[in-house]
Amino acid sequence: MIATVADWLGAACLVAGALLSLAAGIGVLRFPDALSRMHAATKPQVLGVLLLLLGIALRLRSPADLGMILLVAVFQLSTAPVAAQMIARAAYRAGRLDRGLLDADELAERGADGGSAGPA
Amino acid sequence: MVGRGRVGRWRDQAVALGWLVLVWSLLWGNLTWANLVGGLLVGGAVLVFFPLPAVSFGGRLRPWALLVFVARFVVELVSASLHIARIAVQPGYRPRGAIVAVRLRVPTDLNLALTAEVVSLVPGTLILEVDRNSGTLYLHVLDTHGPADLDVARDRTLVVERRIVRAVGSSAELRHLDVTSSEKGTHL
Repeated sequence: MIATVADWLGAACLVAGALLSLAAGIGVLRFPDALSRMHAATKPQVLGVLLLLLGIALRLRSPADLGMILLVAVFQLSTAPVAAQMIARAAYRAGRLDRGLLDADELAERGADGGSAGPA
Repeated sequence: MVGRGRVGRWRDQAVALGWLVLVWSLLWGNLTWANLVGGLLVGGAVLVFFPLPAVSFGGRLRPWALLVFVARFVVELVSASLHIARIAVQPGYRPRGAIVAVRLRVPTDLNLALTAEVVSLVPGTLILEVDRNSGTLYLHVLDTHGPADLDVARDRTLVVERRIVRAVGSSAELRHLDVTSSEKGTHL
């Protein structure tokens, strides 16, 4: 009984996660510049992966697999924002952004020689 | 003081080694003596060959605040994902953006890093640049419709910071947060 419920919940999580990952892919493709694309590459993508992992966990249900899945989730959560920041920062410094789409830019106000923070 | 600093550093290293051993065991999927010894060796090698600047944990864990933080984080991650997914598939929509600077009130490395990570995953914001000296985060805000949205993003970031400090910060940091926010007259 519980196994059936877990199987169905897992299946629902897998579908939801796949749909979110699809939306993330569409966002990366359709958004106008690199900075907005990074939004699509972090939020729906991370939640999509987490849902997929939850779906897998609900179907596998063995302690060894759960440990591995937990590890993947933690690394996903901690590395996705870092990767997105690195790409966004590189895009900004290389000037690959559409200024017509920006309402404000307080980073430019800091001044070009305001001392780069270095890898923080 | 020198002696205490050394003890603190050894403690930080030991904690890091403990985590690495745990990760190693999880990767192998079971806890055996071989994995434990292997994890100690690999973890020790990582700490020796890839030394990182010490990030000392000066605060303390508050379980209830941590729970609040995690719950809010999950809610915001889901709403952020749905929002981005919606504007991604909306036909003919070109979202506008803005870059704002937010100066954090607790400029420690740990708080800066945690806030930067979490802010990237909650609605509308993405980290672009970090100014470590002044404790300032530069955020890209997506889908803005006017100046009011910039203030919303700023307030939201400070709320995230407050939740993090409440969950893992030291009492001094928490007091500092209360003082600065009451001086500014903001009710976060």
